[in-house]
Amino acid sequence: MTDITTEKARIGAPSAQPFINGFTEEGESLSPLNAAESKSPLAGEAVKRHSHGGGVGVPDSSRAGRLTSYKLADFKPLTGMEEDWRFTPLKRLRGLHTEVLNGAAPSVSVTAPDNVIVETVGRDDRRIGSAAIPEDRVSANAWENFTEATVITVPAEVQADGEVSVLLTGQGTAASAQHVVIVAEKFSKSVVVLDHQGTAVVSENIEILVEDGAQLTVISLQEWNDDAVHASSQQAKLGRDAKFKHIVVSLGGDLVRVTPSARFTAPGAEAELFGLYFADAGQHLEQRLFVDHAVANCKSNVLYKGALQGRNAHTVWVGDVLIRKEAEGTDTYEANRNLVLTDGARADSVPNLEIETGLIAGAGHASATGRFDDQHLFYLMARGIPEEVARRLVVRGFLNEIIQKIKVPAIEERLTAAVERELAATNH
Amino acid sequence: MSTLEIKDLHVSIDTEQGTKEILKGVSLTIRTGETHAIMGPNGSGKSTLASTIAGHPRYNVTSGTITLDGEDVLAMSVDERARAGMFLAMQYPVEVPGVSMTNFLRTAKTAIDGEAPKLRTWTKDVKAAMAQLRIDADFTQRNVNEGFSGGEKKRVEILQLELFKPKFAILDETDSGLDVDALKVVSEGVNRAHAEGNMGTLLITHYTRILRYIKPDFVHVFVDGQVVEEGGPELADRLEEEGYDRYATGAGAATIAAADAAAQA
Ligand SMILES: Nc1ncnc2c1ncn2[C@@H]1O[C@H](COP(=O)(O)OP(=O)(O)OP(=O)(O)O)[C@@H](O)[C@H]1O
Ligand SMILES: [Mg+2]
Repeated sequence: MTDITTEKARIGAPSAQPFINGFTEEGESLSPLNAAESKSPLAGEAVKRHSHGGGVGVPDSSRAGRLTSYKLADFKPLTGMEEDWRFTPLKRLRGLHTEVLNGAAPSVSVTAPDNVIVETVGRDDRRIGSAAIPEDRVSANAWENFTEATVITVPAEVQADGEVSVLLTGQGTAASAQHVVIVAEKFSKSVVVLDHQGTAVVSENIEILVEDGAQLTVISLQEWNDDAVHASSQQAKLGRDAKFKHIVVSLGGDLVRVTPSARFTAPGAEAELFGLYFADAGQHLEQRLFVDHAVANCKSNVLYKGALQGRNAHTVWVGDVLIRKEAEGTDTYEANRNLVLTDGARADSVPNLEIETGLIAGAGHASATGRFDDQHLFYLMARGIPEEVARRLVVRGFLNEIIQKIKVPAIEERLTAAVERELAATNH
Repeated sequence: MSTLEIKDLHVSIDTEQGTKEILKGVSLTIRTGETHAIMGPNGSGKSTLASTIAGHPRYNVTSGTITLDGEDVLAMSVDERARAGMFLAMQYPVEVPGVSMTNFLRTAKTAIDGEAPKLRTWTKDVKAAMAQLRIDADFTQRNVNEGFSGGEKKRVEILQLELFKPKFAILDETDSGLDVDALKVVSEGVNRAHAEGNMGTLLITHYTRILRYIKPDFVHVFVDGQVVEEGGPELADRLEEEGYDRYATGAGAATIAAADAAAQA
């Protein structure tokens, strides 16, 4: 790629920097709904931070020190200055951070193989809070306001034949809260697709429990209408030898902010986090992920790719990977690549790798933003390829690497077609 | 039998300081089967000539013509020129993100031929051509030129030359940045393409080194946007010994001829 700007990763945090606003030493407070659960998925106390001399850019706290709580009141009102909100245009959140989220939540319709259990439950269900705890105000707001949750359980040792398809259809622009719990029990194997469509203003909490030896793929598709606003916390908790694949695809919506995380709680587990986004004029597509290597001998691999075109198309990718002191033998790699197709679009990309032990198998990161420019076009056209074909060739090839990882043919086809549609829009 | 004819070509570019004329009246005729070497010092406008023939939008043709068998090349878009049979091996091949070599080669071949190549023979052809140019087989999986070394990029340009089979090949300093072994490999590629008998070659170079492997029929010396001297292969030998110093900038062919006459007297 010509014109590459590789953002220097911030490895660790400059130790002299203060914690972010809103951090309290008490950190988390457990959900009152979940008093029995004595340990949160986060390993509580702030871990000693560590600098690897990379410390440039805006001060950042260790990811381990972030406030987590089930209570909205524990989170201060947002100002936009917070590290994790600094890229997000709060005005366009349409009240997800300020209003009571009592609008009609997107309707949920699940198509699942017979051997998968689908339930609609109330707030007091014991599985609520089993895998997640809000890490920001918008997520806590949804937690406080949701009225019912969808729980999808793949029973132990079941191999779901065919994917579980969860269609979430927006019910309008009243700010709303959504809650979904996915439990992949021991040694089960399944694919769950969360398919977001229509118009909604919604804050969503997706809890994902991947028990020992389970293999789970979760695909979250955001093909919202142009006016949708969507904040989605998708937290996964991984047991021993679990294999988790998470794929985020954001194409539609005015503002979409997905914050996936994978937390290792026992050794031998593997997480793959992939993402694809294509921002058009005016769209804000943000993804902030967190991989928490809290135990030894786990593996993670992260790859997000984004294309941008049109004025004020804005994408944000922040990849926090934390290798705690206990996490010896960790093997991790994260990368983000963006392709800017036109002037006036902006891609922010920030990999954050914090390493607290030297005894790891591998840790790496990469971030590159390239422009599809006149030189690329000239080269391809000089080989006889017409301009339109050249443009498509580049974008299709670029994004296809992620589409190929989905491995659900119907969805791969659908996304390929969706990317073609996005490309066709370039001309207008 | 095809003819590429360049007549009194004037080319300028827009710079921050205004318009700058780079080619100041270039005329050149190349026929199928011929190899023309264009030699000249840095900045003399060699790449400008090559890019203008290929249709790079940065270069404005202010007067003159380029025709291919009588067809107006200047009226064609970049891709049309390639499909008409022109091929430019670039001095600095561009890295294209996101597009694998396999996909690129097949798409270009399809565009140039107007139909998709037969998959089985095509794959075989690509493999064989790569092997001859000593390009690792795994390059097909990599993105076009992405992360290739300078020498690898040049080989891949010649790979395309061999696969696309153009009527006219313009090789812009294909020799620069190559070690002797790579230079041989690349030259053999050009010679193979030439031996098929349907191609004319315009070989742009700064040094005479490559002319040991690719024999030119004609040599044109290029200085300050003009051809200042023309001759056969012997002219290249002379340049090897004497360099470009005797072509003072701005000196026309007539001045040179006079100087030569004086030197011989
Ligand atoms: N985009 C540009 N902006 C400004 N000047 C340019 C540009 N492109 C070419 N030139 C100028 O035009 C002249 C000819 O350049 P060109 O690249 O054609 O020379 P060349 O003979 O190929 O040189 P080299 O042997 O270094 O490859 C040079 O003076 C160069 O600086
Ligand atoms: Mg040049």
